[in-house]
Amino acid sequence: MIPPLKEMTGAEMVIQALKDHGVEHIFGYPGGAVLPIYDALFAANDLVHVLVRHEQGAVHAAEGYARSTGKCGVALVTSGPGATNAVTGLADALLDSIPLVVLSGQVATHLIGTDAFQECDTVGITRPCTKHNWLVKDIADLPRILHEAFQIATTGRPGPVVVDIPKDIQFKKGFYVEPDSVVHRTYHPPFEADSDVIAQAVALMASAKRPIFYTGGGIINAGPAASAALRELVELTGFPVTSTLMGLGAFPASDDKWLGMLGMHGTYEANNAMHDCDVMIGLGVRFDDRVTGRIDAFSPGSKKIHLDIDPSQINKNIRVDLPIIADAGQAIKAMVKVWKQKEYKADPRALGEWWEQIERWRAKNCLAYKQNGHGIKPQYAIDRLYQLTKDRDTYITTEVGQHQMWAAQRYKFEEPNRWMTSGGLGTMGYGIPAAVGVQMAHKDSLVIDIAGEGSVQMTMQEMVTAVQYNLPVKIFILNNRYLGMVRQWQQLLHGARYSHTYSETLPDFVKLADAFGCVGIRCDKPEELDAAILKMIDSPKAVLFDCIVDQMENCYPMIPSGAAHNEMILCDADEEAADVSDAGKMLV
Amino acid sequence: MSTNHLAMNIATPKVERHTFAVLVDNEAGVLARVVGLFSGRGYNIESLTVAEIDPSAHTSRITIVTSGTPETLEQIRAQIGRLVPVHRVVDWTVDKPSIAREMALIKVAGTGEKRVEALRIADAFRARPVDTTHTSFVFEITGSPDKINQFVDLMGPLGLVEISRTGVAAISRGPEAM
Repeated sequence: MIPPLKEMTGAEMVIQALKDHGVEHIFGYPGGAVLPIYDALFAANDLVHVLVRHEQGAVHAAEGYARSTGKCGVALVTSGPGATNAVTGLADALLDSIPLVVLSGQVATHLIGTDAFQECDTVGITRPCTKHNWLVKDIADLPRILHEAFQIATTGRPGPVVVDIPKDIQFKKGFYVEPDSVVHRTYHPPFEADSDVIAQAVALMASAKRPIFYTGGGIINAGPAASAALRELVELTGFPVTSTLMGLGAFPASDDKWLGMLGMHGTYEANNAMHDCDVMIGLGVRFDDRVTGRIDAFSPGSKKIHLDIDPSQINKNIRVDLPIIADAGQAIKAMVKVWKQKEYKADPRALGEWWEQIERWRAKNCLAYKQNGHGIKPQYAIDRLYQLTKDRDTYITTEVGQHQMWAAQRYKFEEPNRWMTSGGLGTMGYGIPAAVGVQMAHKDSLVIDIAGEGSVQMTMQEMVTAVQYNLPVKIFILNNRYLGMVRQWQQLLHGARYSHTYSETLPDFVKLADAFGCVGIRCDKPEELDAAILKMIDSPKAVLFDCIVDQMENCYPMIPSGAAHNEMILCDADEEAADVSDAGKMLV
Repeated sequence: MSTNHLAMNIATPKVERHTFAVLVDNEAGVLARVVGLFSGRGYNIESLTVAEIDPSAHTSRITIVTSGTPETLEQIRAQIGRLVPVHRVVDWTVDKPSIAREMALIKVAGTGEKRVEALRIADAFRARPVDTTHTSFVFEITGSPDKINQFVDLMGPLGLVEISRTGVAAISRGPEAM
């Protein structure tokens, strides 16, 4: 029997669709054009709404929530400035493939195009920074569009979508249809890999003498089963593993097959292994410019396998030999199965020699630093934070800059979904709201934003959100008074002319914490750091931790712009010798 | 470290011209998605035509002539293919033998010998006058873009005043659909 169609208002449909898609938390900010939805939300007791302080915060919070749970993040914003403030978060989620449904209010349909109050062309503005978007012009389309929005955001290569809903549509009555009744006309993302291609890939892997797994965020997006399959594949093959920034946690950093992160600030062993390998197995990666360095010198002698669910990533930056279009989890499981069935064994002698070479690179100890002088080295701060939090149920978010790279290099992740960072867009200000989103989903966990004093000032207002919802997020600021990564580039590329990267004035973060109603802690002595970190961890409240660190420390290793993987700078002495080409200076 | 890596990379790329057919759902903003993709990723559009082809199925067909290196053209195809309202993308230049045609309306003003010569050339090109005054013609011409270019060039010294071109429509040869 066909169930009777339910008549309801557009606003009620929004709430019903959220419930039907299993949404429990939404991050939002009200305004004139979303009043009917907020009114429907007033009565929706099983949906928790988190009132952020800026719409960018809502979207980043939804990103943190999504990344840490594997669920779709949801944000609700008003028209005009509400929507434009959400744009940074949308662009961020698009580049990092984070599933988000962002609902925006719009002026009434008869006012569209009249330059009405708080009107903007939301679908026009958000078109290039969403996976898809819709302007709902007819109540009859609303339930279908809402269901398509969740389907498109969460399947295939995940990404953000926007549903722009005019105010009159929110008031109008129509008939709601269930999610199952919606079948998309054109959107059918790939899922299962071609078994012949998998067989070819596994045969190529089995023939390798110097193999490497190059893993990325696609494995995290494919869910915990994909990470589990990767671990099994590595165990079976005995091959070394490196990962992009977005893929950290898919493979445990404590494993001896782990080479650390690769790329511009990746380890010496990971980058040299990528350069010298003969078979590269790229899994859920996109050959980003932070990873490849100089394109024409990228891993010149290797056969490249590239697994991605998005066909447009194949041959985009780097020509590959064997593309596999599929869900990472499904394809890696299939690889494991074939490897076992065919009873493949890696060439033990060749692999042994390869590991010996890797050990020689490892012996460089490229992440070493000296904790000398009276001040705290930023690396030391991260190391102590890691040691004091690693045995707890910890989630890490970051801002963008030197602190982010130090965190990626030094904080060892054992599980997926524990690391939330803005990789593609590089959005300063991501970390605090992302931490709010993570903590909303994991109330009893330890959620730490490893931050810089520059980045946190961009979305500092979200500390109030944390306080309002009793979210004990810990904002661990590595405060060097400089916009450190930019300063490092000025040192390297612009003759140490530190143009506008020094903060003459900073807020007193301890007093600021007090004003927000959270806890402020300052530490500038290495010998006091452990006690201060423990005080932060033990605090039941949100904490702003002002960790005063060495102002001029640089983040190494580093592949300078326009250089190849085997042309790394390991320390300040190398940097003086490095001569960045004019072409390299053009790169970001 | 050596210098000028980039300068070496971008030397003499081989540029080709391809014609793509894109079957899309005729929904609001679909053309903006395709055009925005081209401008946003720095691809060229040499010509673009679009019209609904099946009102009952709400599908439209977009024909795009673009140019780029083979790598860029492969990316263009993949990027169009991942737009949500796109049903299919076909590259007529590589997938199947195809026919491309364009229509143009060309206004030529003049009197005397030039006017006679314009009419004579139009006849040779099977361009037909669709508007005539004592001092002007509007010619309608259909053919390959090259043929139209050639006609326009010949009209230049004969009083050419205005050109309106439709852009290319293309279809495969033989019985199969795209």
